[in-house]
Amino acid sequence: MALAIALILLVIASVLFQIYSPWWFTPVASNWGNIDDTFIITGLVTGIFFIGINLFIAYAIIRFRHKPGHKADYQPENKKLEWTLIGLTSVGIIAMLAPGLLVYSEFVSVPEDAETFEVVGQQWQWSFRFPGDDGQLGSSDARLISPDNPLGVNPDDPRGQDDRLVLSNELHLAIDQPVKALMRSKDVLHNFYVPQFRVKMDMVPGQVSYIWFTPIRTGRFEILCAELCGLGHYNMRGHVSVESAKQYQAWLTALPTFAQLQQRNQQQTQTLSDATPETLISAGAQLAQAQGCLGCHSIDGNKGVGPSWLNLYGSQETLIDGQQIRVDADYLIESILNPAEQLVRGYSPSMPPYRFNSAQLQALVAYMQSLSTLKPPLSTSPPEALEPTTSDSAHTKIDKGATYE
Amino acid sequence: MKTQIHSLEDGRSLTGKSSHWLGPQQDPLPSARTALFFFLGVLTVVFGLLSIAYRMRMSLGDWQPLSDPWQLWLNTAMLFFSSGVFELTRQRLRQAGISAAHDPRVNSPQANSHQVRSLLLLAGVLAITFLIGQLWVWQLLMAQGYYLSANPANSFFYLITGLHGLHLLGGLVVWLYSYRKVCRVGSLEVSRISIELCCHYWHFLLLVWLLMLALLLRT
Amino acid sequence: MSDSIISGAEHGPQSFWTRYVWSQDHKVIAIQYSITAIFVGLIALVLSLLMRMQLGFPGSLEFMDAAAYYQAMTMHGMIMVIYLLTALFLGGFGNYLIPLMIGARDMVFPYLNMLSYWTYLLAVIVLLSSFFVPGGPTGAGWTLYPPQAILPGTPGTDWGIVLMLVSLVIFIVATTMGGLNYVTTILQARTKGMTLMRMPLTVWGIFIATIMALLAFPALFVSGVMMLCDKLLHTSFFMPSIVSMGESLGYQGGSPVLFQHLFWFFGHPEVYIVALPAFGIVSDLLSVHARKNIFGFRMMVWALVSIGVLSFVVWAHHMYVSGMNPYFGFFFAITTLVIAAPTAIKVYNWVLTLWRGDIHLRVPMLFAIGFISTFVIGGLTGLFLGNVIVDIPLSDTYFVVAHFHMVMGVSPIMVIFAAIYHWYPKVTGRMLHDGLGKIHFWVTFLGTYAIYFPMHYLGILGMPRRYFAYPNYEFIPASAQDLNAFITVAALVVGAFQLLFIFNLIYSYWRGQPAPSNPWGATSLEWQTPQTPPAHGNWGEQLPQVYRWAYDYSLPGVEQDFVPQTTEQPISDQAREGHK
Repeated sequence: MALAIALILLVIASVLFQIYSPWWFTPVASNWGNIDDTFIITGLVTGIFFIGINLFIAYAIIRFRHKPGHKADYQPENKKLEWTLIGLTSVGIIAMLAPGLLVYSEFVSVPEDAETFEVVGQQWQWSFRFPGDDGQLGSSDARLISPDNPLGVNPDDPRGQDDRLVLSNELHLAIDQPVKALMRSKDVLHNFYVPQFRVKMDMVPGQVSYIWFTPIRTGRFEILCAELCGLGHYNMRGHVSVESAKQYQAWLTALPTFAQLQQRNQQQTQTLSDATPETLISAGAQLAQAQGCLGCHSIDGNKGVGPSWLNLYGSQETLIDGQQIRVDADYLIESILNPAEQLVRGYSPSMPPYRFNSAQLQALVAYMQSLSTLKPPLSTSPPEALEPTTSDSAHTKIDKGATYE
Repeated sequence: MKTQIHSLEDGRSLTGKSSHWLGPQQDPLPSARTALFFFLGVLTVVFGLLSIAYRMRMSLGDWQPLSDPWQLWLNTAMLFFSSGVFELTRQRLRQAGISAAHDPRVNSPQANSHQVRSLLLLAGVLAITFLIGQLWVWQLLMAQGYYLSANPANSFFYLITGLHGLHLLGGLVVWLYSYRKVCRVGSLEVSRISIELCCHYWHFLLLVWLLMLALLLRT
Repeated sequence: MSDSIISGAEHGPQSFWTRYVWSQDHKVIAIQYSITAIFVGLIALVLSLLMRMQLGFPGSLEFMDAAAYYQAMTMHGMIMVIYLLTALFLGGFGNYLIPLMIGARDMVFPYLNMLSYWTYLLAVIVLLSSFFVPGGPTGAGWTLYPPQAILPGTPGTDWGIVLMLVSLVIFIVATTMGGLNYVTTILQARTKGMTLMRMPLTVWGIFIATIMALLAFPALFVSGVMMLCDKLLHTSFFMPSIVSMGESLGYQGGSPVLFQHLFWFFGHPEVYIVALPAFGIVSDLLSVHARKNIFGFRMMVWALVSIGVLSFVVWAHHMYVSGMNPYFGFFFAITTLVIAAPTAIKVYNWVLTLWRGDIHLRVPMLFAIGFISTFVIGGLTGLFLGNVIVDIPLSDTYFVVAHFHMVMGVSPIMVIFAAIYHWYPKVTGRMLHDGLGKIHFWVTFLGTYAIYFPMHYLGILGMPRRYFAYPNYEFIPASAQDLNAFITVAALVVGAFQLLFIFNLIYSYWRGQPAPSNPWGATSLEWQTPQTPPAHGNWGEQLPQVYRWAYDYSLPGVEQDFVPQTTEQPISDQAREGHK
């Protein structure tokens, strides 16, 4: 008897929960509001069965619970009833499936006026690429990926020269413009997911997948990774800003093209030995972005898989063996080349060793220095010229070419 | 009366370790056959899935077909004959009045048991030759530079032939056990079920081998 | 009547070791399987509570960093699905009940049966050893997707993943050995009069599930072996060109999606391998405790068969957003929603069994009804996920987690509890304590509802699964964190109360009320054994003979409200009309 009451209360509680729940879909920001509608239709059909079956059980328990002298019926089958129920169930199934497949057929057919852009995932950050004025993305290959060519764009393909690269987690899109996102990954499975856009798809290394959508309202939305991709999976985030066509164009044309980046990389390699602090720092920033450092190490103080670089240089840290050390350039370099050697307490030994040449190491150290207002007591680090300046040390340096905010 | 219930010979399971009290079903052969049938079903799925994966992989760009050394054909012949000899063994057993379905409580003639025993030995030896031949092929291919990880066709070749060989090895374990029991006890009676099962198993593995060979060499 | 027959002198075990350790008796093997499965299940339960602590109260446990979290998550999932549920239903319940319910003395291959248990135990040991190797167990998720499962960036890629894959291969060998035994015994060793259509649905459920297991586990075997090759021998079955952490690895040309096809070709039938024995058992339990035949027995059998067959053509509904050819989505959405039909029929028939029954709300019945309720909700949410377009926003969110816990974690576990409360008197000769059983039921039933019902809404909101934490995500309101805390507390309470059940099991073994041989008045054969608990050989001198199906409850014109299968008279209308 108590069970019957419990079932009835559960049904009532579930319905109330559904009505009053503050946890529901985020307000939709793309054309895919019809997915929400399909969800609701599915919910209505299943809801009817949920309420009906549970209440029926409750009623049966109340009416037919054991009483002395009471005997059960003997009815092995009832063909008519069974087939009626099969019929009802089929109707329910069709009621859910028909609208679902209709909307799905829209999902697989990309509108002709959709503009293509590319999303590239890696552990644990996002990059993007837009076709240039020729409207075509250049071909790419994983084997071409290098620190100077993080997206593996084919330098021999003329269509790729004018492609605009976004080597940060900040994407912009124009309102009311359908887009087709071509997606690939450099390493493991990822999944490009913006809750407000509804649609998502895995990004598979070795192949290209796609989704399409039309942003219908402005705003800044979070990009999340929705396929387990290792330790930094929960922190692999970006932002997509939907703005007016004019603002979007302004942003787009300010992005460096692939050709420009190639040129700048060449210049940097030549002059790194007698680099100015600014060049060194921006080179370091670029490296940090391209090599995935920022997937684990934040620059705003947030503790990620690894320590944040904000105010790291010059700080005092405790290693796992209890030893106290001052973070100087030597320590930073050691931690890049042999991360497991001097591990900071409170972090798991997840960082793989990286192989950089001394110029790259200098650049990275310079960048990390620029993020800190602290000075180590003994400045044993080359180059001497890189005493952190006070004015902009706490912020990232915004070089015209740097692509994050 | 007691012997009836504690059914000895035919009450023994495949390995003869203990009796299984089947009740109305006194002869364990149908059970053994049923189990083998399902096991062959399992193996069909294993090799079927490998074939499908192989075909899917074949369609991608970097496929490089393997050379087919003549030793593969020699091995095929070995396996073919091994299977044939097993079949012969089974037939001779039948002729000797020791059909698998025969009721062993009635004493049976031991005619030609020596010849049948030799056939059984030959069947196993031929299968062992096949396995050695497969290892030879592996060695040959590796010497020619076709390493396991060099390209996908190689990977599949080693994987498929390896799994096939392992399963044949398992069958050989049963064969060895049966043969030794026959030699020790002096009668073929005790292994009639194992021989029957091995025979079917061998035919199956031969079929699998021929299909896999066709698949691997068609590229 | 000789003692030697009862104790099986020539064949029966004599020493402690051959009776309780190296036993070939299906009942002993069943208990060995069950104890091992429940033991690892408790480990997995603790792992889940560690995860919940992190989700509900982030940072509360210092040792739970991202790596530990993902390792706990992976081991929890794999242990629960494979080493607990599959092993317990097939190796535990299957082994114990099949020979008894069909009137056999034991399994057809007792030695193989014993081997299968020790192989299973070896698989468990290999799996648990991954906790003690450098790098710890794998943290790749129970689905073990490549490339991440074998690449740095995921915990346990040195040893953990290798041990996991090896353990699975060993488990598959054990399951194959066991499975061959179960199907052969059912097909060959039924006692006189026990036709297939007179077998109880418990046997049918386990039978179909075993056939499915024999055909589905090879897919896991193949994918596991191929992944081991990729990891240890540097082949590229699943590994495309990869640039990992700035370094170009030597792989090329493999397909991660191929692994997913192989894995889910196994994985989907696997969930039905867990569900079908539960379906069969619950049908019998409802029947016994409502004193009424299961409604629509033949339809129930056909539903089991069709679910078994259809389960092999729905696998890619786990892959709607995998990047596979999108047009596959149409096909798999249709097959997935079609499989809802035979499943729904079973639900209706369970409920119609209660209708006009004589319902005794004993502890097994409480759990059985609890199963129906939780399975309904779990199954219905599955329809959202099966309907491809609705799955797209919900995929990889907490909606999926809530769904599969309801339908794999809660409902089958309800059946396991129901079954243990139901058959404990037969297995041990004692009754489980009733009061403790009722408390156990109420906390578990209401508690799991509290845990998983609200969880669906976190998924609708968009909270992704497999996240160690949710640092500063703007779209997630603070109330969601409060809900997570609530769910954690509920989980801790439900988890703690399972200890009550363990205590009941142990306490009642020594101090429980002695049980009659058929305390529930059930018709099936296992309740008609001459001894309780049944002796070696089960039936004494004579095997039973069967005259009717397993559901002659409340037969009209018969005073006793059940007629055992071994009773010749009276002849029911069904038998008269030749239905059986």
